[in-house]
Amino acid sequence: MSDSKTITPPSNSFKMLRAMAGIGILCGLLIVFTYEGTLPRIELLRAEALKEAIFKVVPGITQMQPFAYKNNAFVPAEESDPDVVYAGYDSEGNFKGVAIVATGQGYADVIKVIYGYAPEQEQVVGFYVLESKETPGLGDKIEKDPTFLENFTAMDVALNPDKSGLENRVITVKKGTKTHSWEVDGISGATISSRAIGEIINQSASEWAPLIYQNKTAFKSIKNE
Amino acid sequence: MNKELSNTTSSTDEFIKGLWKENPVFVQVLGMCPVLAVSNTAINALAMGLATAFVLIMSNSLVSLLRNFIPKEVRIASYILIIATFVTIIDYAIQAISVDLHKNLGAFISLIVVNCLILSRAEAFASKNTLGKSILDALGMGLGFTLGLVSLGLVREILGSGAVFGIPIMPDTFQEWVIMILPAGGFFTLAAWLLVFNLYKQKRNAL
Repeated sequence: MSDSKTITPPSNSFKMLRAMAGIGILCGLLIVFTYEGTLPRIELLRAEALKEAIFKVVPGITQMQPFAYKNNAFVPAEESDPDVVYAGYDSEGNFKGVAIVATGQGYADVIKVIYGYAPEQEQVVGFYVLESKETPGLGDKIEKDPTFLENFTAMDVALNPDKSGLENRVITVKKGTKTHSWEVDGISGATISSRAIGEIINQSASEWAPLIYQNKTAFKSIKNE
Repeated sequence: MNKELSNTTSSTDEFIKGLWKENPVFVQVLGMCPVLAVSNTAINALAMGLATAFVLIMSNSLVSLLRNFIPKEVRIASYILIIATFVTIIDYAIQAISVDLHKNLGAFISLIVVNCLILSRAEAFASKNTLGKSILDALGMGLGFTLGLVSLGLVREILGSGAVFGIPIMPDTFQEWVIMILPAGGFFTLAAWLLVFNLYKQKRNAL
């Protein structure tokens, strides 16, 4: 019995192995080539989309400069820096505000937004959704609903007296009940998505606004290459 | 039916059958997940249909080329591997074409892997036929699928957003039917198209 068992039909399993390994290698190569081939263009498009968004959320700017927060100071960012903010300047080089990227959990998936913060006025001056998978027709109104976007044209994010955090929490309220400039007028049918936006901005602004406000002199000049 | 499927069918028949007689959406009712989910606008539907057609053509060709190389025990695993590869490729390609388009299609690109239309063509056709025939079959099925998706997308976009390919066509007083761009609208539209298709078929058979 043991004799007959040692003789296994080699052709079949070898053929199977050969087929799977062969196809695996072929497919792997195809994917690697496509990835390498499309990567530069994908990165270019992403950077372009981000740049476009920066100019959208800080009105009136024509130039921008990325800054990173390192060792308690803002310095012009290098390629590899995480957590970069983008300072915007008008055509005469005057500092207008900072564009900040923020993320948070939405209804369907993580929402990635960018908003403009003007330290002089202590206001959020612009807002744009970079990535979201919110429900088409309902949740995705956070991207295009004009009355919702109106919330972020001059939203109060003033700091508290000791400049350590926000004076008033940014909060989304029920549609039509907005009474203060730091409140976000919600969207009916997109309650969770619009609340998530309020939460994302509140969290990001309480972290960044004090830092930027206290260091706003760091942004005064633009480094011209 | 069997006669038409036999090996004696001409090349044009292989192509036409996917578009009409065996249309994947209206007759075979295959691959319903993307049909219902990404047909909320005509442009999304078109992009999704073309992406699926690309994967279908490439995987059908490769499966047909390798049909004597793949033992039948591992065929499904091999087909899935081949299909997944081309889906990954089209995913990168769409990202490289437009960020916005990729944003709209999102998760549904990866889901082409499990689109039963593609696996069924690999299993039922490409693994038994020559390269030329398999490509024609994939072309027909792919375009038929695109046609089905765009038919749904057009109706849903006109009623749900009052536009065609993003261009507003309805008067300002038109109240959008929000339900049409939600998943439920996909079911309504699909049902309506199936009704039209079957009515037409019944009438023709009665003659």
